[in-house]
Amino acid sequence: MNIKILGSGCKKCVALADNARDAAQSAGLSAEIEKVTDIVEIAGFGIMSTPALVIDGKVVSTGKVLSAAEISALLK
Amino acid sequence: MEFFGWLNDQLLRMQWLSDLVTLLVRDGLGMDMSSRWGGSVHFFIYDVIKIFILLSVLIFAISYVQSYFPPERTRRILGQRRGMGANVTAALLGTITPFCSCSSIPLFIGFTSAGLPLAVTFSFLISSPLVDLASVILLASIFNWGIALAYVAIGLVLAVLGGALIGWLRLEGQVEDFVFQSPVSDYDNDGVISRSERIEFAGAQVTEIAHRVWLYVLIGVGIGAAIHNWIPQDYITALLGQDKWWSVIVATLAGVPMYADIFGTLPIAEALVQKGVGLGTALTFMMAVTALSLPSMIMLKRVVKLPLLLTFIAIVTLGIILIGIVINVAAPLFM
Repeated sequence: MNIKILGSGCKKCVALADNARDAAQSAGLSAEIEKVTDIVEIAGFGIMSTPALVIDGKVVSTGKVLSAAEISALLK
Repeated sequence: MEFFGWLNDQLLRMQWLSDLVTLLVRDGLGMDMSSRWGGSVHFFIYDVIKIFILLSVLIFAISYVQSYFPPERTRRILGQRRGMGANVTAALLGTITPFCSCSSIPLFIGFTSAGLPLAVTFSFLISSPLVDLASVILLASIFNWGIALAYVAIGLVLAVLGGALIGWLRLEGQVEDFVFQSPVSDYDNDGVISRSERIEFAGAQVTEIAHRVWLYVLIGVGIGAAIHNWIPQDYITALLGQDKWWSVIVATLAGVPMYADIFGTLPIAEALVQKGVGLGTALTFMMAVTALSLPSMIMLKRVVKLPLLLTFIAIVTLGIILIGIVINVAAPLFM
Protein backbone atom coordinates (compact mmCIF):
# COMPACT_ATOMS: atom_id res chain seq x y z
CA MET A 1 0.00 0.00 0.00
CA ASN A 2 1.23 3.44 -0.85
CA ILE A 3 0.10 6.54 1.00
CA LYS A 4 1.02 9.96 -0.26
CA ILE A 5 0.71 13.21 1.68
CA LEU A 6 0.47 16.16 -0.68
CA GLY A 7 1.45 19.53 0.71
CA SER A 8 4.20 22.10 0.61
CA GLY A 9 5.50 21.18 4.04
CA CYS A 10 3.25 23.19 6.30
CA LYS A 11 2.42 22.03 9.82
CA LYS A 12 -0.83 20.50 8.67
CA CYS A 13 0.98 18.19 6.28
CA VAL A 14 3.24 16.93 9.05
CA ALA A 15 0.21 16.29 11.26
CA LEU A 16 -1.56 14.44 8.45
CA ALA A 17 1.52 12.30 7.77
CA ASP A 18 1.78 11.41 11.47
CA ASN A 19 -1.89 10.45 11.61
CA ALA A 20 -1.54 8.33 8.48
CA ARG A 21 1.44 6.53 9.97
CA ASP A 22 -0.50 5.86 13.17
CA ALA A 23 -3.52 4.63 11.24
CA ALA A 24 -1.47 2.26 9.10
CA GLN A 25 0.38 0.95 12.13
CA SER A 26 -2.72 0.29 14.19
CA ALA A 27 -4.33 -1.44 11.21
CA GLY A 28 -1.23 -3.61 10.94
CA LEU A 29 -0.67 -2.58 7.34
CA SER A 30 2.74 -2.19 5.85
CA ALA A 31 2.24 1.11 4.14
CA GLU A 32 4.84 3.20 2.47
CA ILE A 33 4.26 6.83 3.42
CA GLU A 34 5.55 9.36 0.98
CA LYS A 35 5.50 13.14 1.29
CA VAL A 36 5.00 15.01 -1.94
CA THR A 37 6.13 18.61 -1.47
CA ASP A 38 6.82 19.73 -5.02
CA ILE A 39 4.10 22.03 -6.32
CA VAL A 40 4.34 20.68 -9.84
CA GLU A 41 3.90 17.13 -8.60
CA ILE A 42 1.03 18.15 -6.32
CA ALA A 43 -0.65 19.86 -9.24
CA GLY A 44 -0.34 16.57 -11.10
CA PHE A 45 -3.04 15.20 -8.82
CA GLY A 46 -5.43 17.97 -9.81
CA ILE A 47 -6.19 19.06 -6.29
CA MET A 48 -6.55 22.61 -5.02
CA SER A 49 -6.31 22.47 -1.27
CA THR A 50 -3.53 20.95 0.74
CA PRO A 51 -2.84 18.87 2.68
CA ALA A 52 -4.32 16.08 0.64
CA LEU A 53 -4.23 12.35 1.19
CA VAL A 54 -3.67 9.90 -1.65
CA ILE A 55 -4.07 6.17 -1.09
CA ASP A 56 -2.76 3.91 -3.85
CA GLY A 57 -2.92 6.72 -6.37
CA LYS A 58 -6.43 7.85 -5.51
CA VAL A 59 -7.20 11.23 -3.89
CA VAL A 60 -9.34 10.54 -0.82
CA SER A 61 -9.24 13.84 1.02
CA THR A 62 -8.21 17.43 0.38
CA GLY A 63 -7.77 20.50 2.52
CA LYS A 64 -8.00 18.92 5.91
CA VAL A 65 -6.06 17.01 8.51
CA LEU A 66 -7.87 13.73 8.97
CA SER A 67 -7.55 12.02 12.32
CA ALA A 68 -5.93 8.59 12.57
CA ALA A 69 -9.40 7.08 13.07
CA GLU A 70 -10.74 8.74 9.90
CA ILE A 71 -7.75 7.50 7.93
CA SER A 72 -8.23 3.97 9.30
CA ALA A 73 -11.75 3.98 7.90
CA LEU A 74 -10.38 4.98 4.48
CA LEU A 75 -7.71 2.29 4.58
CA LYS A 76 -10.26 -0.48 4.79
CA MET B 1 -28.25 55.45 17.94
CA GLU B 2 -26.68 56.05 21.33
CA PHE B 3 -27.01 52.37 22.08
CA PHE B 4 -25.35 51.52 18.80
CA GLY B 5 -22.50 53.88 19.62
CA TRP B 6 -22.07 52.26 23.01
CA LEU B 7 -22.11 48.80 21.43
CA ASN B 8 -19.51 49.92 18.91
CA ASP B 9 -17.25 51.34 21.62
CA GLN B 10 -17.50 48.35 23.90
CA LEU B 11 -17.59 45.43 21.47
CA LEU B 12 -15.44 46.68 18.63
CA ARG B 13 -13.16 49.24 20.20
CA MET B 14 -13.23 47.37 23.49
CA GLN B 15 -13.24 50.48 25.65
CA TRP B 16 -13.71 48.22 28.66
CA LEU B 17 -10.47 46.46 27.88
CA SER B 18 -8.61 49.72 27.50
CA ASP B 19 -9.96 50.87 30.90
CA LEU B 20 -9.04 47.55 32.46
CA VAL B 21 -5.50 47.69 31.08
CA THR B 22 -5.21 51.29 32.31
CA LEU B 23 -6.10 50.06 35.79
CA LEU B 24 -3.53 47.31 35.53
CA VAL B 25 -0.72 49.51 34.22
CA ARG B 26 -1.41 52.51 36.51
CA ASP B 27 -2.47 50.86 39.73
CA GLY B 28 -1.14 47.34 39.32
CA LEU B 29 2.29 48.17 37.94
CA GLY B 30 2.40 51.70 39.36
CA MET B 31 3.37 53.28 36.04
CA ASP B 32 2.61 56.79 34.97
CA MET B 33 0.16 56.54 32.08
CA SER B 34 1.43 59.75 30.52
CA SER B 35 5.02 58.51 30.51
CA ARG B 36 6.54 56.79 27.52
CA TRP B 37 6.88 53.45 29.22
CA GLY B 38 3.38 53.55 30.67
CA GLY B 39 1.94 54.43 27.28
CA SER B 40 3.94 51.73 25.50
CA VAL B 41 3.01 49.03 27.97
CA HIS B 42 -0.66 50.01 27.78
CA PHE B 43 -0.64 50.06 23.96
CA PHE B 44 1.08 46.69 23.84
CA ILE B 45 -1.11 44.82 26.33
CA TYR B 46 -4.36 46.36 25.14
CA ASP B 47 -3.66 45.83 21.43
CA VAL B 48 -2.40 42.28 21.80
CA ILE B 49 -5.44 41.18 23.81
CA LYS B 50 -7.85 43.06 21.55
CA ILE B 51 -6.39 41.62 18.36
CA PHE B 52 -6.42 38.08 19.69
CA ILE B 53 -10.05 38.36 20.85
CA LEU B 54 -11.13 39.79 17.49
CA LEU B 55 -8.99 37.29 15.60
CA SER B 56 -10.56 34.31 17.35
CA VAL B 57 -14.14 35.47 16.94
CA LEU B 58 -13.67 36.62 13.36
CA ILE B 59 -11.68 33.65 12.09
CA PHE B 60 -14.31 31.38 13.57
CA ALA B 61 -17.14 33.22 11.82
CA ILE B 62 -15.32 33.45 8.48
CA SER B 63 -14.23 29.84 8.54
CA TYR B 64 -17.79 28.76 9.17
CA VAL B 65 -18.91 30.62 6.05
CA GLN B 66 -15.85 29.37 4.17
CA SER B 67 -16.81 25.78 4.80
CA TYR B 68 -19.61 26.34 2.28
CA PHE B 69 -17.14 27.40 -0.39
CA PRO B 70 -14.33 24.88 -0.88
CA PRO B 71 -12.12 25.73 -3.88
CA GLU B 72 -13.86 23.15 -6.08
CA ARG B 73 -17.19 24.86 -5.58
CA THR B 74 -15.67 28.31 -6.09
CA ARG B 75 -14.21 27.08 -9.36
CA ARG B 76 -17.59 25.70 -10.47
CA ILE B 77 -19.36 28.96 -9.66
CA LEU B 78 -16.74 30.99 -11.51
CA GLY B 79 -16.84 28.68 -14.52
CA GLN B 80 -20.49 29.56 -15.01
CA ARG B 81 -19.92 33.32 -15.34
CA ARG B 82 -18.70 35.31 -18.28
CA GLY B 83 -17.05 38.68 -18.77
CA MET B 84 -16.85 41.26 -16.03
CA GLY B 85 -19.50 39.41 -14.05
CA ALA B 86 -16.98 36.63 -13.57
CA ASN B 87 -14.36 39.12 -12.34
CA VAL B 88 -16.77 40.64 -9.86
CA THR B 89 -17.81 37.20 -8.61
CA ALA B 90 -14.16 36.17 -8.32
CA ALA B 91 -13.33 39.28 -6.29
CA LEU B 92 -16.32 38.66 -4.01
CA LEU B 93 -15.54 34.97 -3.52
CA GLY B 94 -11.96 35.96 -2.80
CA THR B 95 -13.19 37.74 0.32
CA ILE B 96 -14.62 34.60 1.89
CA THR B 97 -12.09 32.05 0.76
CA PRO B 98 -9.20 30.86 2.87
CA PHE B 99 -5.93 32.29 1.92
CA CYS B 100 -2.41 31.61 2.83
CA SER B 101 0.41 31.91 0.38
CA CYS B 102 0.83 28.14 0.52
CA SER B 103 -2.62 27.63 -1.01
CA SER B 104 -2.39 30.21 -3.79
CA ILE B 105 -0.39 28.02 -6.18
CA PRO B 106 -2.66 24.95 -6.11
CA LEU B 107 -5.61 27.33 -6.56
CA PHE B 108 -3.94 29.02 -9.50
CA ILE B 109 -3.17 25.69 -11.16
CA GLY B 110 -6.61 24.27 -10.36
CA PHE B 111 -8.43 27.29 -11.78
CA THR B 112 -6.27 27.66 -14.87
CA SER B 113 -6.16 23.98 -15.81
CA ALA B 114 -9.96 23.87 -15.59
CA GLY B 115 -10.13 26.61 -18.20
CA LEU B 116 -10.91 29.68 -16.11
CA PRO B 117 -9.56 32.80 -17.82
CA LEU B 118 -6.50 34.47 -16.28
CA ALA B 119 -8.58 37.61 -15.71
CA VAL B 120 -10.88 35.76 -13.34
CA THR B 121 -8.12 33.86 -11.56
CA PHE B 122 -6.16 37.04 -10.93
CA SER B 123 -9.22 38.91 -9.66
CA PHE B 124 -9.53 36.12 -7.15
CA LEU B 125 -5.82 36.08 -6.28
CA ILE B 126 -5.76 39.84 -5.69
CA SER B 127 -8.90 40.01 -3.59
CA SER B 128 -8.22 36.93 -1.52
CA PRO B 129 -5.41 38.20 0.73
CA LEU B 130 -6.47 41.84 0.51
CA VAL B 131 -10.08 41.87 1.61
CA ASP B 132 -11.88 39.68 4.07
CA LEU B 133 -14.45 39.96 6.79
CA ALA B 134 -11.73 40.10 9.43
CA SER B 135 -10.13 43.14 7.86
CA VAL B 136 -13.48 44.93 7.70
CA ILE B 137 -14.30 44.40 11.36
CA LEU B 138 -10.74 45.16 12.47
CA LEU B 139 -10.71 48.40 10.51
CA ALA B 140 -14.09 49.31 11.96
CA SER B 141 -12.69 48.56 15.39
CA ILE B 142 -9.56 50.63 15.05
CA PHE B 143 -10.85 53.41 12.81
CA ASN B 144 -14.55 53.49 11.95
CA TRP B 145 -17.16 51.88 9.72
CA GLY B 146 -16.81 54.43 6.93
CA ILE B 147 -13.13 53.61 6.55
CA ALA B 148 -13.77 49.88 6.78
CA LEU B 149 -16.37 49.91 4.02
CA ALA B 150 -14.29 52.21 1.85
CA TYR B 151 -11.36 49.79 2.21
CA VAL B 152 -13.51 46.85 1.08
CA ALA B 153 -15.00 48.72 -1.85
CA ILE B 154 -11.58 49.89 -3.00
CA GLY B 155 -10.01 46.45 -2.53
CA LEU B 156 -12.75 44.88 -4.65
CA VAL B 157 -12.39 47.48 -7.38
CA LEU B 158 -8.64 46.88 -7.46
CA ALA B 159 -9.21 43.11 -7.74
CA VAL B 160 -11.80 43.42 -10.52
CA LEU B 161 -9.86 45.95 -12.58
CA GLY B 162 -6.44 44.38 -11.93
CA GLY B 163 -7.72 40.98 -13.05
CA ALA B 164 -9.51 42.47 -16.06
CA LEU B 165 -6.34 44.29 -17.11
CA ILE B 166 -4.27 41.11 -16.91
CA GLY B 167 -6.92 39.36 -19.01
CA TRP B 168 -6.95 42.16 -21.54
CA LEU B 169 -3.16 41.94 -21.94
CA ARG B 170 -3.58 38.32 -23.13
CA LEU B 171 -0.72 36.85 -21.15
CA GLU B 172 -1.87 33.23 -21.34
CA GLY B 173 1.39 32.37 -23.11
CA GLN B 174 3.23 33.50 -19.99
CA VAL B 175 1.86 30.68 -17.88
CA GLU B 176 4.13 27.66 -17.47
CA ASP B 177 3.01 24.90 -19.83
CA PHE B 178 2.54 22.21 -17.20
CA VAL B 179 -0.26 24.27 -15.65
CA PHE B 180 -2.52 23.75 -18.66
CA GLN B 181 -1.64 20.07 -18.77
CA SER B 182 -2.45 19.46 -15.11
CA PRO B 183 -5.39 17.13 -14.66
CA VAL B 184 -8.59 18.35 -13.09
CA SER B 185 -9.34 16.04 -10.20
CA ASP B 186 -12.68 14.30 -10.18
CA TYR B 187 -12.52 14.29 -6.41
CA ASP B 188 -15.52 16.41 -5.59
CA ASN B 189 -15.25 18.37 -2.41
CA ASP B 190 -18.59 20.12 -2.72
CA GLY B 191 -18.90 21.27 0.85
CA VAL B 192 -21.78 19.05 1.87
CA ILE B 193 -20.80 18.44 5.45
CA SER B 194 -22.65 18.50 8.73
CA ARG B 195 -22.95 21.49 11.00
CA SER B 196 -20.76 19.91 13.64
CA GLU B 197 -18.06 19.35 11.03
CA ARG B 198 -18.29 23.01 10.03
CA ILE B 199 -17.94 24.06 13.66
CA GLU B 200 -15.02 21.71 14.09
CA PHE B 201 -13.40 23.09 10.94
CA ALA B 202 -13.91 26.68 12.10
CA GLY B 203 -12.41 25.89 15.50
CA ALA B 204 -9.42 24.21 13.90
CA GLN B 205 -8.90 27.22 11.63
CA VAL B 206 -8.80 29.56 14.65
CA THR B 207 -6.10 27.45 16.32
CA GLU B 208 -4.13 27.10 13.13
CA ILE B 209 -4.24 30.77 12.16
CA ALA B 210 -3.53 31.96 15.70
CA HIS B 211 -0.55 29.61 15.67
CA ARG B 212 0.65 30.98 12.39
CA VAL B 213 0.24 34.70 13.06
CA TRP B 214 0.85 35.24 16.77
CA LEU B 215 4.47 36.19 16.26
CA TYR B 216 3.54 38.68 13.52
CA VAL B 217 0.92 40.19 15.79
CA LEU B 218 3.42 40.62 18.65
CA ILE B 219 6.00 42.14 16.28
CA GLY B 220 3.34 44.37 14.70
CA VAL B 221 2.06 45.61 18.04
CA GLY B 222 5.65 46.06 19.26
CA ILE B 223 6.45 48.25 16.26
CA GLY B 224 3.13 50.04 16.75
CA ALA B 225 3.98 50.73 20.43
CA ALA B 226 7.43 51.99 19.42
CA ILE B 227 5.98 54.34 16.81
CA HIS B 228 3.30 55.40 19.24
CA ASN B 229 5.57 56.41 22.09
CA TRP B 230 9.22 56.49 21.09
CA ILE B 231 9.80 57.72 17.57
CA PRO B 232 9.48 61.51 17.47
CA GLN B 233 6.49 62.67 15.49
CA ASP B 234 8.71 64.98 13.45
CA TYR B 235 10.69 62.08 12.05
CA ILE B 236 7.58 60.24 10.97
CA THR B 237 5.80 63.20 9.45
CA ALA B 238 9.00 64.28 7.71
CA LEU B 239 9.03 60.96 5.87
CA LEU B 240 5.37 60.02 5.69
CA GLY B 241 3.47 63.21 6.59
CA GLN B 242 0.19 64.14 4.94
CA ASP B 243 1.81 67.00 3.04
CA LYS B 244 4.43 64.75 1.47
CA TRP B 245 3.29 63.56 -1.93
CA TRP B 246 5.77 60.71 -1.93
CA SER B 247 4.54 59.25 1.39
CA VAL B 248 2.23 56.78 -0.35
CA ILE B 249 5.00 55.55 -2.61
CA VAL B 250 7.41 55.10 0.30
CA ALA B 251 4.76 53.17 2.26
CA THR B 252 3.97 50.92 -0.69
CA LEU B 253 7.57 50.14 -1.58
CA ALA B 254 8.36 49.42 2.07
CA GLY B 255 5.33 47.16 2.41
CA VAL B 256 5.52 45.10 -0.77
CA PRO B 257 8.39 42.73 0.12
CA MET B 258 7.14 42.28 3.69
CA TYR B 259 5.21 39.25 4.64
CA ALA B 260 2.60 39.51 7.35
CA ASP B 261 -1.12 39.40 7.47
CA ILE B 262 -3.65 42.01 8.30
CA PHE B 263 -3.60 41.21 12.01
CA GLY B 264 0.07 42.08 12.24
CA THR B 265 -0.09 45.22 10.10
CA LEU B 266 -3.12 46.91 11.66
CA PRO B 267 -1.41 48.00 14.88
CA ILE B 268 1.32 49.62 12.80
CA ALA B 269 -1.23 51.43 10.63
CA GLU B 270 -3.09 52.51 13.76
CA ALA B 271 0.03 53.99 15.35
CA LEU B 272 1.04 55.72 12.11
CA VAL B 273 -2.33 57.44 11.77
CA GLN B 274 -2.16 58.61 15.38
CA LYS B 275 1.24 60.10 14.60
CA GLY B 276 -0.15 62.25 11.83
CA VAL B 277 0.44 59.98 8.85
CA GLY B 278 -2.26 60.22 6.20
CA LEU B 279 -4.97 57.58 6.33
CA GLY B 280 -4.33 56.67 2.69
CA THR B 281 -0.63 56.21 3.41
CA ALA B 282 -1.32 53.91 6.38
CA LEU B 283 -3.91 51.84 4.50
CA THR B 284 -1.56 51.67 1.53
CA PHE B 285 1.12 50.19 3.75
CA MET B 286 -1.38 47.58 5.00
CA MET B 287 -2.50 46.69 1.49
CA ALA B 288 1.06 46.42 0.22
CA VAL B 289 2.10 44.11 3.04
CA THR B 290 -0.92 41.81 2.72
CA ALA B 291 -1.41 41.73 -1.05
CA LEU B 292 2.16 41.17 -2.18
CA SER B 293 5.07 39.54 -0.43
CA LEU B 294 8.39 38.07 -1.38
CA PRO B 295 7.45 34.48 -0.39
CA SER B 296 4.25 34.55 -2.44
CA MET B 297 6.05 36.00 -5.46
CA ILE B 298 8.69 33.28 -5.29
CA MET B 299 5.94 30.67 -5.27
CA LEU B 300 4.03 32.32 -8.08
CA LYS B 301 7.22 32.31 -10.15
CA ARG B 302 6.97 28.51 -10.28
CA VAL B 303 3.77 28.66 -12.29
CA VAL B 304 4.01 31.85 -14.35
CA LYS B 305 6.82 33.28 -16.44
CA LEU B 306 8.59 36.47 -15.47
CA PRO B 307 6.68 38.94 -17.72
CA LEU B 308 3.33 37.89 -16.24
CA LEU B 309 4.70 37.96 -12.70
CA LEU B 310 6.12 41.45 -13.21
CA THR B 311 2.86 42.62 -14.80
CA PHE B 312 0.93 41.31 -11.81
CA ILE B 313 3.29 43.01 -9.34
CA ALA B 314 3.25 46.27 -11.32
CA ILE B 315 -0.55 46.39 -11.60
CA VAL B 316 -1.11 45.69 -7.91
CA THR B 317 1.63 48.08 -6.77
CA LEU B 318 0.42 50.93 -8.98
CA GLY B 319 -3.18 50.22 -7.99
CA ILE B 320 -2.30 50.45 -4.32
CA ILE B 321 -0.35 53.69 -4.78
CA LEU B 322 -3.28 55.21 -6.67
CA ILE B 323 -5.72 54.13 -3.97
CA GLY B 324 -3.50 55.66 -1.27
CA ILE B 325 -3.37 58.99 -3.04
CA VAL B 326 -7.16 59.04 -3.52
CA ILE B 327 -7.82 58.14 0.14
CA ASN B 328 -5.39 60.79 1.36
CA VAL B 329 -7.27 63.40 -0.62
CA ALA B 330 -10.66 62.09 0.52
CA ALA B 331 -9.59 61.37 4.12
CA PRO B 332 -11.44 64.34 5.67
CA LEU B 333 -14.67 62.64 4.58
CA PHE B 334 -13.94 59.63 6.77
CA MET B 335 -12.23 60.88 9.90
